[in-house]
Amino acid sequence: MRKQTNAPLIQISKRKELPWYGPIAIRAAAIVLALVVCAVVTTALTGENPLAVYGTMWEGAFGTPRKIWILMQNIAILLCVSLAVTPAFIMRFWNIGGEGQILVGGLATAACMILLGDKLPNGVLIALMLLVSLAAGGLWGAIPAVCKARWNTNETLFTLMMNYVATQLVAFFVIVWEVPKGAGKIGIINQSTEAGWLPQIGSYKYLLNILIVAVLTAAMYIYLTRSKQGYEIAVVGQSQRTARYVGIKVGRVVVRTMILSGALCGLAGFLLVAGTDHTITTTIAGGRGFTAVMVSWLAGFNPINMIFTSFLLVFLDRGAGEIATDFGLNHSFGDILTGIILFFIIGSEFFIRYQLRLRKHAGKEG
Amino acid sequence: MFDLVSFIPRAVVQSIPLLLGATGETLTEKSGNLNLGIPGIMYVGGISGVIGAFLYEQAAGGSLNPFLAVAIPTLACLLGSALMGLLYCFLTVTLRANQNVTGLAMTTFGVGFGNFFGGSLIKLTGSEVPSIALSATSGYFSAALPFADSLGWFGKIFLSYGFLAYVAIALALVCSYVLNHTRTGLHLRAVGENPATADAAGINIGRYKYAATVIGSMIAGLGGLYYVMDYACGVWSNDAFGDRGWLAIALVIFTIWRPNVGILSSILFGGLYILYLFVPTGMNLSVKELYKMLPYLVTIVVLVISSMRNKRENQPPESLGLAYFREDR
Repeated sequence: MRKQTNAPLIQISKRKELPWYGPIAIRAAAIVLALVVCAVVTTALTGENPLAVYGTMWEGAFGTPRKIWILMQNIAILLCVSLAVTPAFIMRFWNIGGEGQILVGGLATAACMILLGDKLPNGVLIALMLLVSLAAGGLWGAIPAVCKARWNTNETLFTLMMNYVATQLVAFFVIVWEVPKGAGKIGIINQSTEAGWLPQIGSYKYLLNILIVAVLTAAMYIYLTRSKQGYEIAVVGQSQRTARYVGIKVGRVVVRTMILSGALCGLAGFLLVAGTDHTITTTIAGGRGFTAVMVSWLAGFNPINMIFTSFLLVFLDRGAGEIATDFGLNHSFGDILTGIILFFIIGSEFFIRYQLRLRKHAGKEG
Repeated sequence: MFDLVSFIPRAVVQSIPLLLGATGETLTEKSGNLNLGIPGIMYVGGISGVIGAFLYEQAAGGSLNPFLAVAIPTLACLLGSALMGLLYCFLTVTLRANQNVTGLAMTTFGVGFGNFFGGSLIKLTGSEVPSIALSATSGYFSAALPFADSLGWFGKIFLSYGFLAYVAIALALVCSYVLNHTRTGLHLRAVGENPATADAAGINIGRYKYAATVIGSMIAGLGGLYYVMDYACGVWSNDAFGDRGWLAIALVIFTIWRPNVGILSSILFGGLYILYLFVPTGMNLSVKELYKMLPYLVTIVVLVISSMRNKRENQPPESLGLAYFREDR
């Protein structure tokens, strides 16, 4: 008679440290698999050769210098938001309110441009806009953080709700400031005077945005890995008890980090309003607050890796947009492809952290 | 003067998708899974129903069988949302992925899926209709009791809704009963509160998490189906469902994880959602936008107050959002 066994067929255990190429290989395999699945889905829906479809995607992202600039600009903004939410995530504070923090930052910027556009010299105005947007974003981040620190209020849900409060606040002011009355939108602010518009470097429209974010990336990397505050954030994230034991004031770290996080989201709002769009709408954040969560997490909370992950997501979005136009499909096709690739990458993390063994091996290795 | 007889039915109609979403999410969260993919799942539920109904209407020509016209979209909706639930579980329970990230990816995917098929269904199936208007199917979904009209205000407030509205209320009551008065519910709550203890007591953690999340997703998916078939009269328009999925998640907090409380609270939320249409603001349209903020503000207040009072029975499930790995203690 066969001996009955209760051991599961597949045994899961934590991996020891992988060699440096291990995680990269696993993630690369996941992306390749995801692209294959995406190709199958695309072919099933469009009937086109998948290689041609990927060619179109490439074309959509890199086809012309203008497209490359738009791609870079989108990467810069997404990267900015991702950098913003990262310190909070390292602290295990799930800030999914990036969307709202971007919106209030953008709203504060737009308010300065509209109300003070012709009253202040341009340099002073831009400095003021920057400060106000940082403050607004910081405030939006601080409110949930204070509640978290004092009463342990669930931050995921709180920051989520703050997004919609911000959206409605923007909707309110859009109607207050609408041009012309009854249009339901503000339109380009200060079109004739360009007051409060970020200056162009040479003939490159978005270069300043990109440079600001590049500096920010380096600064954030240093802040997180080389500064005392960055270390405190890491300790609080690993274990609040340890943090208290070594004398870190957990509440203060939580609030301080969230103010930083919110302020940087506010900066993204500032860049969007003053640097690119020169207007404010309720959809100006465009879901970046949520996408940034994925960018940051996929990069393992490492600012340098985030350059690649935000590139990946923006590339998918732009490329899929091109597919949609070329083959007469709906633009949301990009979201489907992004979703599929994300599922694969999310799933692949498991194989980096755990290893599987079949039962027959388990007995021998005991 | 405030017109209650016309306000309440409209609030109720708004509330049903929220109620279904919140009931599904409560069930899911009780197992310790914070499924932020609910907005996406509701989109998938809605569009799956639309695809089912669209194909059936195309196949049947002019003569629809009332039973099939209801059954096919409903089954398609349940299937679509169950698959989304399974995917979420596979990633978060079996592969122990981060729940927030998985949920957000599901929402990206689900909303994209809904809008894509909503926008391209006609092109993909090569049919010759100008837009997706499933008025025939919608007619069966929104059919009220025949004598509702003859009962005046009573009929209008209580009996004027399509059958899914009553299904939603029944589901909320059943969920509430199962959670609080059955052994299954006790086990499920144990899984959500402290999976290690539940595991030691011999409860199969994975099975409970899978079952609760998949059933929860199916219930939430029905919310999408109700929205498009009954509320929107069978017309799919992209992004029309809006942020109702997130509002459903807000409702879960507002009801402090109690589906039966959800029935009245969802009507309150539905009322707050459309209050701006009924408040006389004169020419000042901007104030209406501030009224739309109300449901979210109310949720924040409830969230903060319940955490301040810190009563044990009013807290989220203890291990909400955390993956469980037996060897990881």
